[in-house]
Amino acid sequence: MNFVLIFLITIFSLSLFFYGRSKTKSISIEKNIKLNALPKFYGYYLVLWCSIPSLVFLLIWTLFEPAIIKSIIIETAANQGAIFNDKNEANLIYEKIKAIYAGTYFGDIDTILKESALSYAKFINLFTNSKIVLIFGIVIASVIYSLKKIKNNNKARDDVEVILKGLLFASSLIAILTTLGIIFSLLFESIKFFSVINIFDYLFGTNWSPQRAFVSDASAITAAEYDELKDAFGFIPLIAGTSFIAFIAMLVAVPIGLFSGIYMAEYASVKVRRISKPIIEILAGIPTVVYGFFAALTVGPFFRQIGENLGLTVSSESALAAGLIMGIMIIPYVSSLSDDVINSVPQSLRDGSYAVGATKSETIKKVVIPAALPGIIGSVLLAVSRAIGETMIVVMAAGLAANLTINPLESTTTITTQIVMILVGDQEFDSPKTQSAFALGLTLFIATLVLNYIAQRAVKKYREKYD
Amino acid sequence: MTKEERLKKRHSAEKRFRFYGLASIFVALLFVLILVHNIFSKGSSAFKKTAINVEVFFDQELLEIKNGATEDQILEADFYDITIESLLKVFPAQDLDQENQLIDLFTTDAEIEIKRAFLENNNLIGKKINLEITASDDIDQLHKGNYPRDLPEDRRRISDFQLIIYDNLVENKKIIKNFNNYFFKNGDSRDPELAGIGGALVGSFYSIIICLLLAFPVAVLASIYLEEFAPKNKITDFIEININNLAAVPSIVYGLLALQILLATIQLPRSTPLVAGITLALMTLPRIIIPCRASLKAVPPSIREGALAVGASKFQSVFHHVVPLALPGTLSGTIIGLAQALGETAPLILIGMVAFVVDIPSTPIDPSSSLPVQVYLWSESAERGFVEKTSATIMMLLSFLIVMNFLAVYLRQKFEKRWN
Repeated sequence: MNFVLIFLITIFSLSLFFYGRSKTKSISIEKNIKLNALPKFYGYYLVLWCSIPSLVFLLIWTLFEPAIIKSIIIETAANQGAIFNDKNEANLIYEKIKAIYAGTYFGDIDTILKESALSYAKFINLFTNSKIVLIFGIVIASVIYSLKKIKNNNKARDDVEVILKGLLFASSLIAILTTLGIIFSLLFESIKFFSVINIFDYLFGTNWSPQRAFVSDASAITAAEYDELKDAFGFIPLIAGTSFIAFIAMLVAVPIGLFSGIYMAEYASVKVRRISKPIIEILAGIPTVVYGFFAALTVGPFFRQIGENLGLTVSSESALAAGLIMGIMIIPYVSSLSDDVINSVPQSLRDGSYAVGATKSETIKKVVIPAALPGIIGSVLLAVSRAIGETMIVVMAAGLAANLTINPLESTTTITTQIVMILVGDQEFDSPKTQSAFALGLTLFIATLVLNYIAQRAVKKYREKYD
Repeated sequence: MTKEERLKKRHSAEKRFRFYGLASIFVALLFVLILVHNIFSKGSSAFKKTAINVEVFFDQELLEIKNGATEDQILEADFYDITIESLLKVFPAQDLDQENQLIDLFTTDAEIEIKRAFLENNNLIGKKINLEITASDDIDQLHKGNYPRDLPEDRRRISDFQLIIYDNLVENKKIIKNFNNYFFKNGDSRDPELAGIGGALVGSFYSIIICLLLAFPVAVLASIYLEEFAPKNKITDFIEININNLAAVPSIVYGLLALQILLATIQLPRSTPLVAGITLALMTLPRIIIPCRASLKAVPPSIREGALAVGASKFQSVFHHVVPLALPGTLSGTIIGLAQALGETAPLILIGMVAFVVDIPSTPIDPSSSLPVQVYLWSESAERGFVEKTSATIMMLLSFLIVMNFLAVYLRQKFEKRWN
C-alpha cells in the first residue's frame, strides 16, 4: 500500500513539474509579463509542495501505526475476556491475531481470538482508508496552495531555495535527534532500574550476578528481597574488569602505537611511510568480530597451552588474551593520531634542538614529545574510550562471570559483555535484569562521552598552540 | 667518561631508539600477517566439501513412481528406502549398529540430494547411476586432515568401524572433494556440512543497501548545510559537537537505542535487515558526515566566488559547482563508512539477528542473519566443522571490505582534483 502511495505521489509530482513549467510559460506569453524566475523553478516549486508534506506525513503515520493498532487490539482483546499476565503473553496473543488475519495461523481459534481478529481486520481497514484519505487531502491542499502562488508569479527560485534550505537544516538535525534518542532510550529504562535499585548500591556494590535476580512483582519488593537484589547488581566488578582489560590493551597499544607513530613521523622515508601506514591502518578496518574469533579460538588456547607447560592455571577466557588482542586492534588509533600530532610540531623546534648538537632521538625525546604531549595524551584517551566501548572481542574472548581479580590469567567480564549477555535471547519485559542493561549502557555512554570530551579538548588546545 | 665514549653512547642510544620504532612497525605488520594467515589456513578448506561416490539404483518398486512422473509426484514420492538401500551397498555391514554407523558417514540430507538428482532427469527409473553424496561433517573434517584419528576410540566422534570404511573408500577412490556450493547457497543449519552463508549474505546485502539509502542522502545534505549554509551560531556549534560525539559513541549503545526506539516503541519486526539497516544508518551517519565535510571544505573558495560573480544564487553555486567537485571525496567517505557498517556486529546482536534462521530472507522484513553475526554464531558452536566455516565467512567478509576500500581509494585517486 505504501509503495503504491509513494509511486502515485511521485508520478503526480512529476506531472506537476511539467504542468507548472508550461503553465507559467504560457501565462508569461499570454499576459506578456516577465516571470520572476525561470519556468522550471515553478515546476520544482510544485513538486516540492506536492511531495514533501505528504511523504513526511506518510512516514510518520507508518512509523506509529503498528504500535497504535497493537495497543488498541490488545485492549479490545482484554475487554473481550482474553487473559494475559504480562507483556509477553499479550504479545503472543497479538501475534496470533495477526497470523489469523494473514491466514497463516493453524492452531485452535477460540471466539475471543476470532473476534479480535475481526476487529483487527476492521482497524487495519479503517487505518488504511483514513491514511489514503488524509494523504489525498494533504496533496490536494498543498497543490492548490502552490498553484495559487505560481499563478501570482511568485519568486519561485527564492521560494524553492528556502524549502531546500529547510530540508538541509532538517537533515543536519538528525544528528541531534539521534543523540536525544540515545539519551532518552537509555534514561527511560535506567530510571526504572534505579527506582528499584538504589543508585549507590549499584555504583558501589561488589557483586554482579543478574541471573540471580528474580522479581515476581517489581512494585512491591520486601526488604529481604531487596538485599538479595542489591547483591546482584553491583557495578564495581564490571568497571574493574573493563578497566583491567583496557589497561592490558593500553600496555600493548601505547608503546607499539607511539613508537610506530614516532618512526613514521620522524624517521621513515616517504616510501616506507606510504606502504606501512595503510597496512597498519588495516588493523583498524578489520571487523572486531574477527579479532574476537582469533582471540577466542587461537590466542586463548595458545596461552592456556603455554600456561600448562609452565605449570600455571590459565583460564581459556583470560583477561590477558582479550586485552592483548584489543591492544593490537587499537594500535592504529594511537599511531595515526600521534603521527599527525608529531607532524604538526613546528620544524623550528627541531632545528633549534639540532643546532645545539642534539641527536635525532634526543630531539624527539626532549623536544618533540614534550611539545606534542597534550595531543598524544588526547590520542591515548581516545584509544581508551575505544577500548572500554569495544564489545565483540570481550564477548567472545573474555569471561562471563564477574570476578574481582587482578590476575590477568583469570577470566573477568566487562560492561559491554554483560549488556550483550543480558539482552541476547528472550528478554523479560520490565524486569530489573533487562533494565540493568540500559543502566550499564548509560554508564558506558557517559564514560566514553567524558573521555572523548577531555581528549578532544586536549587535542584542540594543542592544535591552537601551534597554529 | 671521555668525550668519545659519551658520543658513542649517545649514538648507540640513537640507534636503539630508531630500532624500537622500526620494531613496533614490524610487530604491527607481523600481526596483520599472522591474523590473515591464521584465518586463511583455517578457512580455505571450507570452499571444498567431501563427497562419497555412491551407486544409486532407482528401484521402481521402492519408489512407487513411473518414468516421466510429474514434478509433484516426484516431490511427494518417498526416496528414503532407496537412499538407505544405496548407502548400505557402499560397504558390507554386519548388524544394525554397523548399518547405522555406515549411514552416519553421509549427510542427513542424502535423501534430498538423491531426489534432486532424480528431479533433474526423471527417466532414471530402473537405472543405476553414480551420485556424489555429501559426506557427514565428521568424515569431511577427517578427510581434510582437521580431525586427529590417533585418539582412543571413546574420545573420537568417528568409530573404528567407520574409519575402516573410510580407509576402504579412500583406497577405492570413492571419496572426492568437490566445490562446496552449499556454503554459498544454504542458510544456517545445525549440521556443519549443510550450513551456508546464503542467508547471511542476503541479510547483509539488504542491511547495507538500506543503510546506504538512508545514511548517504542525509549525510550529504547535512554536510552541505553545515559547510555551506549554516550561520555561525550556537545551534550550529551544538550540531557540530553532537556529530563529533556521535562518531565516538560505542556501537553497542546504538544497539540499545534500536532496541528501545525501533523495536519497543515503533514495533518494527525483530531480527530483520530493515531494523539492522536503520540502526547501521544512524551509526554510520556521523562517520560519513565527517569526511563529506572535509571534501566540501577542500573545494577552494574561488570556485564559489566565481559562480557568485556571474550571477548564480548561493544554491546554484553550491549545487552546480561545489558539490560535483566534492563528490569523489564524498563517495569514498561513504564507501568507507559502509565498510565499517558491514563489519559491525554488536548492535545487530542486540536487535535479535542472532536468531537461528534457516530460510534465506526474500524481503528486508524477513528474519535474517548477517555476515559478522554469522561469524559470532558459528564461533560459539562446538562442532569442529564450524571452525573452517567461520574462517571462510571471515574470508568472505574481509574480501568484501578489501573491495570496498579499494573502490574508495580508486575513486579518490582517479576523480579527486588537487587544488594546488
